[in-house]
Amino acid sequence: MKPVSNWVAVTAFSLAIAGCVTINIYFPAAAAEKAADQIIDEVWQLKPEAATKEGAPSR
Amino acid sequence: MKSVWKTVFVASLLSATLATAQGNLEIDTPAISAIKSSMSQRHAQLAPLYASGAVGLKSDGSLAVHDANVVPLAQRGKLNALVAAENNDRTALYREIATANGHPEWAGDIRNTFAQRWIDKAPGGWWVEGSRGWARK
Repeated sequence: MKPVSNWVAVTAFSLAIAGCVTINIYFPAAAAEKAADQIIDEVWQLKPEAATKEGAPSR
Repeated sequence: MKSVWKTVFVASLLSATLATAQGNLEIDTPAISAIKSSMSQRHAQLAPLYASGAVGLKSDGSLAVHDANVVPLAQRGKLNALVAAENNDRTALYREIATANGHPEWAGDIRNTFAQRWIDKAPGGWWVEGSRGWARK
Protein backbone atom coordinates (compact mmCIF):
# COMPACT_ATOMS: atom_id res chain seq x y z
CA MET A 1 0.00 0.00 0.00
CA LYS A 2 2.70 2.40 0.95
CA PRO A 3 4.82 2.21 -2.28
CA VAL A 4 1.68 2.86 -4.37
CA SER A 5 0.76 6.04 -2.52
CA ASN A 6 4.37 7.21 -2.86
CA TRP A 7 4.16 6.73 -6.61
CA VAL A 8 0.89 8.62 -6.71
CA ALA A 9 2.45 11.49 -4.79
CA VAL A 10 5.51 11.58 -7.05
CA THR A 11 3.37 11.47 -10.18
CA ALA A 12 1.08 14.22 -8.94
CA PHE A 13 4.06 16.35 -8.00
CA SER A 14 5.71 15.89 -11.42
CA LEU A 15 2.45 16.72 -13.17
CA ALA A 16 2.09 19.88 -11.10
CA ILE A 17 5.65 20.99 -11.93
CA ALA A 18 5.18 20.15 -15.62
CA GLY A 19 1.96 22.18 -15.58
CA CYS A 20 3.77 25.25 -14.26
CA VAL A 21 6.47 24.96 -16.91
CA THR A 22 3.88 24.51 -19.66
CA ILE A 23 2.09 27.70 -18.66
CA ASN A 24 5.35 29.65 -18.64
CA ILE A 25 6.60 28.54 -22.06
CA TYR A 26 3.28 29.10 -23.85
CA PHE A 27 3.72 31.68 -26.64
CA PRO A 28 1.72 34.83 -25.75
CA ALA A 29 0.12 35.45 -29.16
CA ALA A 30 -1.95 38.48 -28.14
CA ALA A 31 1.00 40.18 -26.47
CA ALA A 32 3.16 39.49 -29.52
CA GLU A 33 0.54 41.05 -31.78
CA LYS A 34 0.42 44.14 -29.58
CA ALA A 35 4.22 44.42 -29.64
CA ALA A 36 4.27 43.97 -33.42
CA ASP A 37 1.67 46.72 -33.92
CA GLN A 38 3.64 49.10 -31.72
CA ILE A 39 6.92 48.48 -33.56
CA ILE A 40 5.34 48.60 -37.04
CA ASP A 41 3.65 51.92 -36.21
CA GLU A 42 7.05 53.32 -35.21
CA VAL A 43 9.01 51.95 -38.16
CA TRP A 44 6.40 52.96 -40.76
CA GLN A 45 5.62 56.20 -38.90
CA LEU A 46 1.91 55.49 -38.98
CA LYS A 47 -0.45 57.70 -36.98
CA PRO A 48 1.22 60.87 -38.37
CA GLU A 49 -1.09 63.27 -36.51
CA ALA A 50 0.42 62.15 -33.18
CA ALA A 51 3.99 62.42 -34.47
CA THR A 52 3.69 65.79 -36.26
CA LYS A 53 2.28 67.55 -33.20
CA GLU A 54 5.61 67.25 -31.41
CA GLY A 55 8.58 66.97 -33.72
CA ALA A 56 7.70 67.96 -37.29
CA PRO A 57 8.32 71.76 -37.35
CA SER A 58 11.91 71.36 -36.14
CA ARG A 59 12.94 69.63 -39.37
CA MET B 1 -15.57 30.32 6.38
CA LYS B 2 -14.05 33.80 6.57
CA SER B 3 -10.54 32.45 6.06
CA VAL B 4 -11.72 30.62 2.94
CA TRP B 5 -12.87 33.90 1.38
CA LYS B 6 -9.65 35.55 2.42
CA THR B 7 -7.70 32.82 0.65
CA VAL B 8 -9.84 33.16 -2.47
CA PHE B 9 -9.34 36.92 -2.44
CA VAL B 10 -5.56 36.68 -2.09
CA ALA B 11 -5.41 33.99 -4.79
CA SER B 12 -7.40 36.09 -7.25
CA LEU B 13 -5.23 39.13 -6.54
CA LEU B 14 -2.13 37.06 -7.23
CA SER B 15 -3.50 35.64 -10.46
CA ALA B 16 -4.55 39.12 -11.60
CA THR B 17 -1.01 40.37 -11.03
CA LEU B 18 0.36 37.42 -12.98
CA ALA B 19 -2.06 38.05 -15.84
CA THR B 20 -0.97 41.68 -16.04
CA ALA B 21 2.68 40.70 -16.01
CA GLN B 22 2.07 38.36 -18.95
CA GLY B 23 0.06 40.93 -20.93
CA ASN B 24 3.06 42.58 -22.57
CA LEU B 25 6.25 41.53 -24.25
CA GLU B 26 9.46 43.34 -23.40
CA ILE B 27 10.37 45.47 -26.44
CA ASP B 28 12.27 48.33 -24.78
CA THR B 29 15.86 47.14 -24.88
CA PRO B 30 18.82 49.02 -26.39
CA ALA B 31 19.23 46.34 -29.07
CA ILE B 32 15.59 46.53 -30.16
CA SER B 33 15.63 50.35 -30.17
CA ALA B 34 18.75 50.36 -32.37
CA ILE B 35 17.14 48.01 -34.90
CA LYS B 36 13.92 50.05 -34.88
CA SER B 37 15.70 53.33 -35.65
CA SER B 38 17.77 51.69 -38.38
CA MET B 39 14.56 50.35 -39.93
CA SER B 40 12.63 53.61 -39.72
CA GLN B 41 15.51 55.49 -41.36
CA ARG B 42 15.59 52.95 -44.17
CA HIS B 43 11.83 53.20 -44.54
CA ALA B 44 12.20 56.67 -46.10
CA GLN B 45 13.98 54.98 -49.03
CA LEU B 46 11.75 51.90 -49.07
CA ALA B 47 8.37 53.68 -49.01
CA PRO B 48 8.45 54.77 -52.70
CA LEU B 49 9.63 51.27 -53.67
CA TYR B 50 6.65 49.66 -51.92
CA ALA B 51 4.33 52.13 -53.64
CA SER B 52 5.75 51.46 -57.12
CA GLY B 53 5.63 47.69 -56.65
CA ALA B 54 9.41 47.29 -56.83
CA VAL B 55 9.35 45.57 -53.44
CA GLY B 56 6.59 43.65 -51.70
CA LEU B 57 5.87 42.08 -48.33
CA LYS B 58 6.33 38.34 -48.15
CA SER B 59 4.19 36.03 -46.03
CA ASP B 60 7.22 34.96 -43.98
CA GLY B 61 7.82 38.36 -42.38
CA SER B 62 10.51 39.48 -44.81
CA LEU B 63 10.37 41.59 -47.94
CA ALA B 64 11.44 40.80 -51.48
CA VAL B 65 12.01 42.41 -54.85
CA HIS B 66 8.63 42.05 -56.53
CA ASP B 67 9.21 43.91 -59.82
CA ALA B 68 12.74 45.15 -60.50
CA ASN B 69 11.64 46.51 -63.90
CA VAL B 70 10.02 49.60 -62.38
CA VAL B 71 13.47 50.66 -61.06
CA PRO B 72 16.05 52.07 -63.53
CA LEU B 73 18.82 49.59 -64.26
CA ALA B 74 21.47 51.74 -62.58
CA GLN B 75 19.59 51.66 -59.26
CA ARG B 76 18.86 47.94 -59.09
CA GLY B 77 22.00 47.15 -57.13
CA LYS B 78 20.88 49.64 -54.51
CA LEU B 79 17.40 48.10 -54.53
CA ASN B 80 18.81 44.66 -53.75
CA ALA B 81 21.08 46.07 -51.05
CA LEU B 82 18.15 47.83 -49.38
CA VAL B 83 16.05 44.66 -49.36
CA ALA B 84 18.94 42.59 -47.98
CA ALA B 85 19.68 45.14 -45.23
CA GLU B 86 16.01 45.36 -44.26
CA ASN B 87 15.72 41.57 -44.08
CA ASN B 88 18.82 41.38 -41.89
CA ASP B 89 17.29 43.92 -39.51
CA ARG B 90 13.96 42.12 -39.46
CA THR B 91 15.56 38.77 -38.62
CA ALA B 92 17.59 40.46 -35.88
CA LEU B 93 14.46 42.18 -34.56
CA TYR B 94 12.49 38.92 -34.26
CA ARG B 95 15.47 37.26 -32.57
CA GLU B 96 16.05 40.16 -30.16
CA ILE B 97 12.40 40.28 -29.05
CA ALA B 98 12.47 36.54 -28.35
CA THR B 99 15.75 36.83 -26.44
CA ALA B 100 14.65 39.92 -24.49
CA ASN B 101 11.71 37.89 -23.19
CA GLY B 102 13.85 34.93 -22.18
CA HIS B 103 12.56 32.63 -24.93
CA PRO B 104 14.89 32.49 -27.96
CA GLU B 105 12.68 29.68 -29.31
CA TRP B 106 9.83 32.19 -29.79
CA ALA B 107 11.66 33.88 -32.69
CA GLY B 108 9.71 31.86 -35.27
CA ASP B 109 6.34 32.61 -33.69
CA ILE B 110 7.26 36.29 -33.43
CA ARG B 111 8.27 36.28 -37.11
CA ASN B 112 4.87 34.80 -38.04
CA THR B 113 3.02 37.36 -35.92
CA PHE B 114 4.93 40.22 -37.54
CA ALA B 115 4.41 38.74 -41.03
CA GLN B 116 0.65 38.92 -40.55
CA ARG B 117 0.70 42.42 -39.05
CA TRP B 118 3.04 43.93 -41.70
CA ILE B 119 0.60 42.71 -44.36
CA ASP B 120 -2.52 43.79 -42.43
CA LYS B 121 -1.14 47.28 -41.85
CA ALA B 122 0.26 47.81 -45.36
CA PRO B 123 -1.45 50.69 -47.17
CA GLY B 124 -3.48 50.07 -50.33
CA GLY B 125 -1.42 49.78 -53.51
CA TRP B 126 1.42 47.81 -51.92
CA TRP B 127 2.22 44.29 -53.10
CA VAL B 128 1.81 41.52 -50.54
CA GLU B 129 2.25 37.78 -50.73
CA GLY B 130 -0.78 35.73 -49.77
CA SER B 131 -1.65 32.04 -50.00
CA ARG B 132 -2.25 32.46 -53.77
CA GLY B 133 0.94 34.37 -54.55
CA TRP B 134 1.49 38.09 -55.02
CA ALA B 135 -1.46 40.44 -54.91
CA ARG B 136 -1.87 44.19 -54.87
CA LYS B 137 -3.69 45.50 -51.80
